[in-house]
Amino acid sequence: MSTATIAVPTRRASAVWSALRETGPIGLASAAVIVVALLVTIFGPLIAPADPYLGQLSNSYVGPGPGAPLGYDGAGRDVLSRVLAGARTSMLGPFFVVILCLAAGTLLAVWTSWVRGTVDAVVSSVLDILFAFPGILLAILATAIFGKGLTAATFALAIAYTPYVARTLRGAALRERSLLYISALEVQGASAWAICFRHVIPNIVPLILAQATTLFGYAMVDLAAISFLSLGVQPPFPDWGVMISENLSGAVQGFPLAALSAGLCIVVVVISFSLLGQRLHENYEARR
Amino acid sequence: MSEALLSISGLSVRLPVERAMRTVLHEVSLEIRAGESVGLVGESGSGKTMTARAVGRLLPAGAQVEGAVRFEGREVRSLAGAAERAFRARVAMIFQDPRAHINPVRRIGDFMTEALRTNAGVPLGQASKQAVALLARVGIPDGERRLHQYPHELSGGLLQRVMIATALLTNPRLLLADEPTTALDVTTQAEVMGILEDLRAEFGLAILFITHNLELAAAVCDRTAVMYAGQIVEIRASDLLHSDPLHPYTAALAAARPSIEHTAARLLAIAGRPLSAFEAPEDACAFARRCPHVQDECKRSRPALVELDGGMTRCLRATELRGRMELATHG
Amino acid sequence: MSVQLRFFARRLLMLAATLLVASFVIFGSLYLAPGNPIAVLSGGRSLPPDAIKLLEHRYHLDEPFLTQYWIWLSNASHGDLGISITLREDVSLLIAQRAGSTAGLVLYAAILIMIFGVGLGLLGGLKPGWIDTSVIVTSAISAALPAFVAAIVLIAVFSVGLGWFPSLGSGQGLLDAVYHDTLPAIALAASSLAIVARVTRASVREEFGREHVQTAISRGIPYPALVRRHVLRNAAIPITTITGVTIASLIASAAVVERAFGLNGLGAYLVSAANSKDFAVVQGISLVLVLVFVIVNLVVDVLYSLIDPRISLGSRAQ
Repeated sequence: MSTATIAVPTRRASAVWSALRETGPIGLASAAVIVVALLVTIFGPLIAPADPYLGQLSNSYVGPGPGAPLGYDGAGRDVLSRVLAGARTSMLGPFFVVILCLAAGTLLAVWTSWVRGTVDAVVSSVLDILFAFPGILLAILATAIFGKGLTAATFALAIAYTPYVARTLRGAALRERSLLYISALEVQGASAWAICFRHVIPNIVPLILAQATTLFGYAMVDLAAISFLSLGVQPPFPDWGVMISENLSGAVQGFPLAALSAGLCIVVVVISFSLLGQRLHENYEARR
Repeated sequence: MSEALLSISGLSVRLPVERAMRTVLHEVSLEIRAGESVGLVGESGSGKTMTARAVGRLLPAGAQVEGAVRFEGREVRSLAGAAERAFRARVAMIFQDPRAHINPVRRIGDFMTEALRTNAGVPLGQASKQAVALLARVGIPDGERRLHQYPHELSGGLLQRVMIATALLTNPRLLLADEPTTALDVTTQAEVMGILEDLRAEFGLAILFITHNLELAAAVCDRTAVMYAGQIVEIRASDLLHSDPLHPYTAALAAARPSIEHTAARLLAIAGRPLSAFEAPEDACAFARRCPHVQDECKRSRPALVELDGGMTRCLRATELRGRMELATHG
Repeated sequence: MSVQLRFFARRLLMLAATLLVASFVIFGSLYLAPGNPIAVLSGGRSLPPDAIKLLEHRYHLDEPFLTQYWIWLSNASHGDLGISITLREDVSLLIAQRAGSTAGLVLYAAILIMIFGVGLGLLGGLKPGWIDTSVIVTSAISAALPAFVAAIVLIAVFSVGLGWFPSLGSGQGLLDAVYHDTLPAIALAASSLAIVARVTRASVREEFGREHVQTAISRGIPYPALVRRHVLRNAAIPITTITGVTIASLIASAAVVERAFGLNGLGAYLVSAANSKDFAVVQGISLVLVLVFVIVNLVVDVLYSLIDPRISLGSRAQ
């Protein structure tokens, strides 16, 4: 990379699409899976073949059959329908976590990278310790304080992930800030806000996107774990984490299909987000 | 005529770059005799470092090599096992950025004595003594203390001296010096060059001195080779290089350097940008597009390296242009 | 040497500060929760008046906030963490009874991570070709298995299907406990193992490409010595860091695994206390877990300062 050229590498929203295109076949396949998951999130309950909440106990843990390709769960409900309906909470929770921690992390990162000095040093040291702190612990504590359900857990996870986001983005913001064109803008008298919002942030958008994608996977796992622990989404909601918890006894008795179906959904979606996030990250690094 | 210590003939190297093979060196031929110092000059991408790596067997994996590199009469690439280790003891290499080239988590003493201990089985105490002696030779008097220090505790200039001293521990016959002073400030540069020169005289070392600085090479080396686009374009006795260059590129390089003695209205520059080896045309002179003396015949075929007045040149018009190579350069 | 000491002292200070802030948050959550402290402590249960009096006295609820915090903290440092509302026993006693189970599980998983995570990563980093590809694939699959999913798979395959391991319970005696803990440990280690393997592989590859390795090659250092002294020795730095960080995070995931396998450990207890709103227990266990987290980080810092002579004041991750 030549530092002699003072190019102004700004990007627009269409950068999102071109970033996606550059991720190769694996990235595109992951994106496809994610799109399917999103569609199921929106239309899930509508396309479910049976009522996710109604079950006959006589069908408890009965295997796959006509009209029920994934069999029945412990309460005799159709597993496929529950899986489709459960996508909502399983996908929306992580979505909010990601939005929250990205907003907080970006602001923190850009602010500390701009201000530098003692503030930056102190905040960075704090972030350095916190960034490895397990989010689940915070989430469990939060549900104990504020009550069960996704709200407390979502906020707790967002707080737990923010140091990680802030640290990564801070590094990128610092690098961006040290580029020559920023100094040129400063000399011209552009305000700090303008520079940050119209130049620094747009150029780290690819990294933000990569982070968002990867974090979605982590958030999904953590929130499903919270629901698994009966501290998040409560039964009879068909959240995937809840389904695993409900059907654990079935697995122990030798009927793992119900729990595995929900587990497989989680795994597939998380893998897709991780792979896509990894590719986006690599592309961002390669472009620097 | 004594047998050449190092003989490179027709060396061509291709490297895999993004699933294609790209030429980085084309038909490089060069000889170095025992005790002789030869400069290898070129801009970035000219292939000078790659040449040294080819000699030192440090080419990246997947490299395709044609031609011959002979050291003490034996083809370098065919050496293996004990013969290879012996070769590496006799051909030492020093690098441009000493801080990157010395393991940061091991002490200086460990770095210096490693090859002796591992390959020659020299006990630690004796190897350390030799290291201290050589450190003194390169101008580091408190060698024993230095051996216990870590690389990050030493300055770049000191580290480069350590690197030179280490290179000499195995009694090499040939030293490959890849831009050893480029990363140093000017004063340190002069000191390091002085050390190299002293050591060359004392140990009878041959040196391949790689640099982008034509004047430095000409001042320090007996002969200088100039590279452009992965090819050698001129080899000349250093004292004749400025007064009687045999290739327009050499002349242009010399003319482009601002002189401390003369005032000039404009900086002379060579129009265009330097080509990498894989960009060089197969059927024309690589310098044709930028050459002020270019004629049609230059664009018809790739010139060969021919002998002229004790040197070598790749310019078709060398004989007729002698004496007036610089005249047509313009800024 | 003094630079290392200063680094270490600084890290110690930061970790102590973390512990302090965390304890403050854990204590202060009593007031963050909706409802008055008595309601929170009782978990919404109605208590007889003398029980309420006991709680008020025990927690010094009439004193200013900071005094309460101080008293709570000094009590905690002496091992007094309050009383469980549901079981009417000392929290510290209840924790001690279950700590061993969790410690054993986490230790087992940590050993698995260190051996297989680092081992696989080394294999992939040093040997290109199909070995590397299979390491990548294995890591990818392992990474995608969060603990509770891994638990289901392991139970389905190894417990019910093949009958090799029991699916629930802790077993009696050391050997039996290890036997019972195997599937849980694997479930716990799975995703962390993959991260460690990936970082190890990347670090080894990165070190191989460094210039100082070129220097060693140019001097004819034989391959085994080269790998040992220049590649692995340098890659040990990021590998140690990621292994330590990963193990520190196990303490939280242990809750999930204990729940899935019916183990009676601290994690499961934390969750059930959260479920039953036994606030003192939640506080106590949270404090213990944060303490463990801080200690593990400290150990990693010590190791790090021993391995890397270059460290300067500042963060551990260069």
